[in-house]
Amino acid sequence: MEVSLAHYLAVSGLLFAIGMAGVLLRRNILVIFMCLELMLNAANLSLVAFTRFHLVDGLPNFNAQVLVFFIITVAAAEVAVGLAIIVALFRKMQTTHVEDLNSLKF
Amino acid sequence: MAPWILLFTPLVMAAAILFVGLRSKTLAAALAIGGALVTCVISWWLFLQPDPITAKIDWINLGAILGPNAPVDFAVPIGLSIDALAKSMLVIVCTIAPLVFIYSLGYMAHEEGYCRYFAGLSLFLFSMLGIVLADNFVMMFIFWELVGVSSYILIGHYFRRDSAAEASKQAFTVNRIGDFGFMLGILMFWLSTGTFVFADLAVENAPALATLGASPFWLATACVLVFCGTIGKSAQMPLHVWLPNSMEGPTPVSSLLHAATMVAAGVYLLARLFPVLEGSPGALTVIGWVGGITCFAAGLMGIQQNDIKRILAYSTISQLGYMVLGIAVAPLAGVAMFHLFTHAFFKCLLFLCSGSVILGMHHKQDIWEMGGLKNKMPVTFVTMVIGGLALMGFPYVTSGFYSKDLIIEFAYEAGWPWFLLALGGVFLTAMYTTRLLVVVFFGGPRSEEAKKAHESPAVMLFALVMLSIPAICAGFPPIQKRFFEIDHPHHLPGWVPIAIMVVLAVGIVATILLYRGGPKKDPVLIPFFANRLYIDAIYAQIVRWAQDGTAGALRFFDRWFIDGICVTFGAKLVSAFGFTLRFLQVGNIQAYAFFFGAGVVALLYFLVAR
Amino acid sequence: MSLILFWIFAGLMLLFGLGVVLMRNPVSSAMCLVVSFVGLASLFFTLDAFFIGIIQILVYAGAVMVLFLFIIMLLDLKAAPARKLNVMAWTGSGLVLVGFVALMMQVVLGNPALHAAMPALTADYDDVQQIGLALFTNFNFPFQIVGVLLLVATVGVVVLSRKELK
Repeated sequence: MEVSLAHYLAVSGLLFAIGMAGVLLRRNILVIFMCLELMLNAANLSLVAFTRFHLVDGLPNFNAQVLVFFIITVAAAEVAVGLAIIVALFRKMQTTHVEDLNSLKF
Repeated sequence: MAPWILLFTPLVMAAAILFVGLRSKTLAAALAIGGALVTCVISWWLFLQPDPITAKIDWINLGAILGPNAPVDFAVPIGLSIDALAKSMLVIVCTIAPLVFIYSLGYMAHEEGYCRYFAGLSLFLFSMLGIVLADNFVMMFIFWELVGVSSYILIGHYFRRDSAAEASKQAFTVNRIGDFGFMLGILMFWLSTGTFVFADLAVENAPALATLGASPFWLATACVLVFCGTIGKSAQMPLHVWLPNSMEGPTPVSSLLHAATMVAAGVYLLARLFPVLEGSPGALTVIGWVGGITCFAAGLMGIQQNDIKRILAYSTISQLGYMVLGIAVAPLAGVAMFHLFTHAFFKCLLFLCSGSVILGMHHKQDIWEMGGLKNKMPVTFVTMVIGGLALMGFPYVTSGFYSKDLIIEFAYEAGWPWFLLALGGVFLTAMYTTRLLVVVFFGGPRSEEAKKAHESPAVMLFALVMLSIPAICAGFPPIQKRFFEIDHPHHLPGWVPIAIMVVLAVGIVATILLYRGGPKKDPVLIPFFANRLYIDAIYAQIVRWAQDGTAGALRFFDRWFIDGICVTFGAKLVSAFGFTLRFLQVGNIQAYAFFFGAGVVALLYFLVAR
Repeated sequence: MSLILFWIFAGLMLLFGLGVVLMRNPVSSAMCLVVSFVGLASLFFTLDAFFIGIIQILVYAGAVMVLFLFIIMLLDLKAAPARKLNVMAWTGSGLVLVGFVALMMQVVLGNPALHAAMPALTADYDDVQQIGLALFTNFNFPFQIVGVLLLVATVGVVVLSRKELK
């Protein structure tokens, strides 16, 4: 049995689900943030898998790989800003626990 | 050229008073009186011209527009036509107006709004002249409304007094009711003939109207609708209520508006339309009944009033009833116009006399606070007696006798009911006039003011004396012949004039007997008459019901439909929706993430799995 | 052979991914994340996407995870104490996750087109050159924009990290 696109997509989906489980269940905002990164990279994996399995002129579609490159860049920037926000939040509230960060409600 | 100058002089004066005359009382009065004198001179000059004078400019010309049957030219000229009818009316208006203006110098000397008052008088004179000179319906209607506006201004002169403001509002509103019918009538005439011009409407000149005459109902309806304008303006039953209330205005205004000119406009309109009315016996019947009932019922109300001006107001309504009756019964309009002519002088005289009495009594108007004034105000007494006799139609020596008897004689020819109503009117006129004179001038003083009453200034007495001359002699046959071509009815039984005199004498004597000896209060009390046949009260009730009903319906509509469904319901719906959704806003990020994830799953399900 | 490699790398990635979620201590989570990302990078290598794989290790395993660890130490986070299980949250989340995975698998496994073997590359292959070419020609403008984005992020982080937020 050869490795097929279905394998990669299934693994990508599982990784996404794991990341989502972390977002939904963990209470530490830093861990939630890490799980977000997991979900982002699950998307990256499916993108790269598609480029490899749908060749253009015998080569992978590099446009999609450029997109992945951009995603990684933006994710890096996001991590930087997000962590800065978490630090500022921690200074203010002395907690990283999301259940304690619930002042934005009616 | 002269007609235009005649028409526009008062308007220019009114504008001049408003722009430059407000600073100086003298200047304002001089402008107004000067304008009135100019109109007086021009009108007499025009009167002496042998031929009818016309002047016309095109105003609106829409070309051919769609008529009821075929395209017709829609053209409205501004035209002045000065025929015999207009000439006699001009002389009435323009002779009385300057006298009233001069009289106002004395009466208004210490009143507020002196300059405004003279501007209003000038505007009123302008509007009245417009009615007299107009040669077509549209122009007449415009000036008709202008008269309404200027009377509103003048009646509401003391607008800070609630009763005056109410009275002016009522006068305007009631007139509007009549004017609505007038307008409909004008439109009906235009629909059937395609013209607004009076001269083209006369039966022999308007073929369309001749065919219209073949449909008596249509013609009668049009005539009666136009007559509605007269009912409003000339205070006929059932729209007479505004006239007594409008006595809230200054007394010279009452005399000018409600004795000589404004109310006469309605009768003048009928006279103008007489060539058309002749062709519609049905309309004349309606007019005759309205006039007859008015002259009798107004007399009934008049005999129990206590306010000196109100008595005169009801006598005016009654006399206007005679004129309207005269239009209906006589073979020519001159009969009614003749009574209008004489009535204008003696009623104006009576009002000015009452003004003099009121001024002498320091603005007390209740006749039961007066008494014994004949020694303190001799000139006023004599002139008022002259006016009163003329009003009653005292045989041979007063103007009222000649004109009123003429109407009654024609009424006899036209039918018994109208004759009896007119004869009853004579009796009632004798009663309320005698009562007024006896109570005011004879007996002892009934109040402090009556004891201290004084004669009025010379400028007012001048007007009184001047007016008492035409009040006596305006009806004498030579003068009448100069103005109107009228013959007495030919087959009149000899007893009719005698019957009129007998009724008159009985009325006078009975009243003198009733009120002799200077009683302190009215020895005769008939609440039904004193309360003006309860007509005012009924109107008040109707207006209140209509108003309350409309207001209630609107309130219901507003509260339940506008507020309830359109506004509040929408707002409540949004608010309830928001309130419900608010519970989703728990403040926990992971709950949001859960909703989001659930949404994604649901979306996926619908997109790919179904 | 490649199938065995795939399962090794994929298993590595998923296992340590689970570790991220399940570890109580944030430091352990971060370490698991690093290993998971290495597994992911290896999967990229099996897909012949060498440049992306290297970038993945450099940026994530290198820069981002170091940043995470710094912050964890800065905030001095301890292992989360065991709390009472939130039954509602676990049931809801479980349902959503099961639904998601089920749908995903139904689509992926049920589509025969996705089961084709990996096609062979027929041309000369130099992905760094190709990506560089695309980046500086077709995607030059987005590339510049991303540069601005990074600058803004840098400034933003500086502003956010000040003691007093104004």
